[in-house]
Amino acid sequence: MADVTYREAVAEGIAREMRRDPTVVCLGEDIGAAEGVFKTTVGLFTEFGPRRVWDTPISEQAIVGAAMGAAMTGLRPVAEIMFSDFLACCWDYLANEIPKVRYMTGGQVSVPLVVRTANGGGLGFGAQHSQAVENWALTVPGLKVVAPSTPADVVGLMAAAIRSDDPVVFFEHKGLFASKGPAAPPDHVVELGRAAVVRPGTDVTLVALAWTVPVALAAAEALAGEGVSAEVVDLRCLVPLDMRTVLDSLARTSRLVIVEENPYQGGWGGTVASIVADEGFELLDAPIRRIASACVPLPFADRLEDEVMPTVTKVTEAVRRLAAY
Amino acid sequence: MGEAMLTDQSEITDARLLELHEQMTVIRGTEKAAQDLFLAGLVKGTTHLAAGHEAVAVGASAALRDDDYVFATYRGHHHAMARGAPPEACLAELMSKATGLCKAKGGSMHLTFAERNMLGSYAIVGSHLPMAVGAAWSATLRGTGQVAVAFFGDGATNIGAFHEALNLAAVWRLPVLFVCENNLYMEYTPIGDVTAVANPAADRAPAYNIPAEVIDGNDVLAVYDAVSRAAARAREGGGPTILEARTYRHYGHSRTDPAKYRPAEEVAQWLARDPLTVSRNHLSVRGLSEVDIAAAEERASASVADAVAAAKSAPDADPAEAFTDVWADGSAAWRT
Repeated sequence: MADVTYREAVAEGIAREMRRDPTVVCLGEDIGAAEGVFKTTVGLFTEFGPRRVWDTPISEQAIVGAAMGAAMTGLRPVAEIMFSDFLACCWDYLANEIPKVRYMTGGQVSVPLVVRTANGGGLGFGAQHSQAVENWALTVPGLKVVAPSTPADVVGLMAAAIRSDDPVVFFEHKGLFASKGPAAPPDHVVELGRAAVVRPGTDVTLVALAWTVPVALAAAEALAGEGVSAEVVDLRCLVPLDMRTVLDSLARTSRLVIVEENPYQGGWGGTVASIVADEGFELLDAPIRRIASACVPLPFADRLEDEVMPTVTKVTEAVRRLAAY
Repeated sequence: MGEAMLTDQSEITDARLLELHEQMTVIRGTEKAAQDLFLAGLVKGTTHLAAGHEAVAVGASAALRDDDYVFATYRGHHHAMARGAPPEACLAELMSKATGLCKAKGGSMHLTFAERNMLGSYAIVGSHLPMAVGAAWSATLRGTGQVAVAFFGDGATNIGAFHEALNLAAVWRLPVLFVCENNLYMEYTPIGDVTAVANPAADRAPAYNIPAEVIDGNDVLAVYDAVSRAAARAREGGGPTILEARTYRHYGHSRTDPAKYRPAEEVAQWLARDPLTVSRNHLSVRGLSEVDIAAAEERASASVADAVAAAKSAPDADPAEAFTDVWADGSAAWRT
């Protein structure tokens, strides 16, 4: 099967679900005839038309609020928030409304929706269009949080997200849109909350997510040349969080490096590390290390961005120190 | 009482009007009971009582189909009950009982009765207007002929979600009714002091090319008629309507507020136009006997007393319920 890009996989994943379920509808800014500013909705408007693919005004609250109302009344909306930084403009819905309404009504209503958004840095978009904000979503009980790293996972996780009766925030990484990988097989579904061991190893576990998966894989490759065998775990989801796979990996390697793009301050690696400290302390032969973005706004210039974000070099250096511990 | 004693022009039958009067009396009694139970220490947290607003909820609900969607605010007891939520379950919710409308997980501010498409009471001001737009969008796409109604306070007209919702509803020409309960005060502040227009909802309508009406929110028939017109227009594809129902709280903003900022004269004027007095007058003018009206009111009082007794004797919420209903599978599991 020919390789496809990550961005093509986004449109393919949505299209597959729209074909199988007429209640799946899309809404967002420029997603229709314009086919998305990141070209992640290419072909949808042509195939499904204006009754299934809706262009909206720049009204993030109306987009996500309307998606919520539609989800409560029989549709499965897929709402696009163009840049994940803009989740802040509709944060009320993701913090206060969508994740809480089932619970606070005693289970009377469901909100089967997906909020898709382009996340992450590395492309020089500056501080308001570059953030990795998956940790924002992680802070709110009641949201499922997905962040795929490969085209096939995009399709498989999109299927699971759209079919889920729970609300899902689906982080697509801007830095991965042009990356290629094998196309998803037909009817491909990746269950939410299942991490993948994407490179086996015996000396250290690198836990990664989305764009940091290729960073961790490149680091593992470099380390292999030095005789260090790194296992790479792609979490794929933050909620449900597959700690079983992480702890099982640590039972083999006894060393943990977490590679995360969101800031160290409040980043998801803190949650992973705390669970390992609570439940996997006996598995460890060395301290846990977190390679996260620095706690500053994302700068614009490439050299400054590299300074702030995780890099292969930062990971290999951390692993070398840990291997020698 | 200063009420014009002219026969109303509404098409609603005498029997139906009597039912609505009884329903409003039940809501009034339940709100009074909620206040009493709070003062007795049996209701924790806070309450935002809707006494005085009954005609908006009951008049609107009577004009809607059973499957139409309703979204309300934290001052929403009347909307839940107007859509059929049992007063006993509403009071049980306030009293943290297992039989509460939301299993005691929501409380006063989140009464919901999804069985009749009353899809929630929301305590972030203005947040539910986009939701109602979404429900109307969904109804349109599913071709059901349903309309969605968002009830909100005057204070909500100054928040962004209100404006985003109006624009989207107008652009997509959706069957949604925006019903403002203008009780003249944004919490403790006169709405006119913080709003650039005289009619906070209706005066914004032209900017969104949405028709609007200012109506008497204390007259159940005025509300019924206006909502009937707007809902019919919406079902025919005519798009959204804004109704600004002028009304008045009988209590303060919330349970800690004695509402001393309201001039005594103003309070007296509005109490004289109590929605129950107005509906009673309509019934009298139509020729219903005092005996029949009083019998309806007595039924209402008895049902409230029964509801209070049942709620009081219900079991407390089961602590295990804290860990259900987060996810669709009923669980709260977030990790392996």
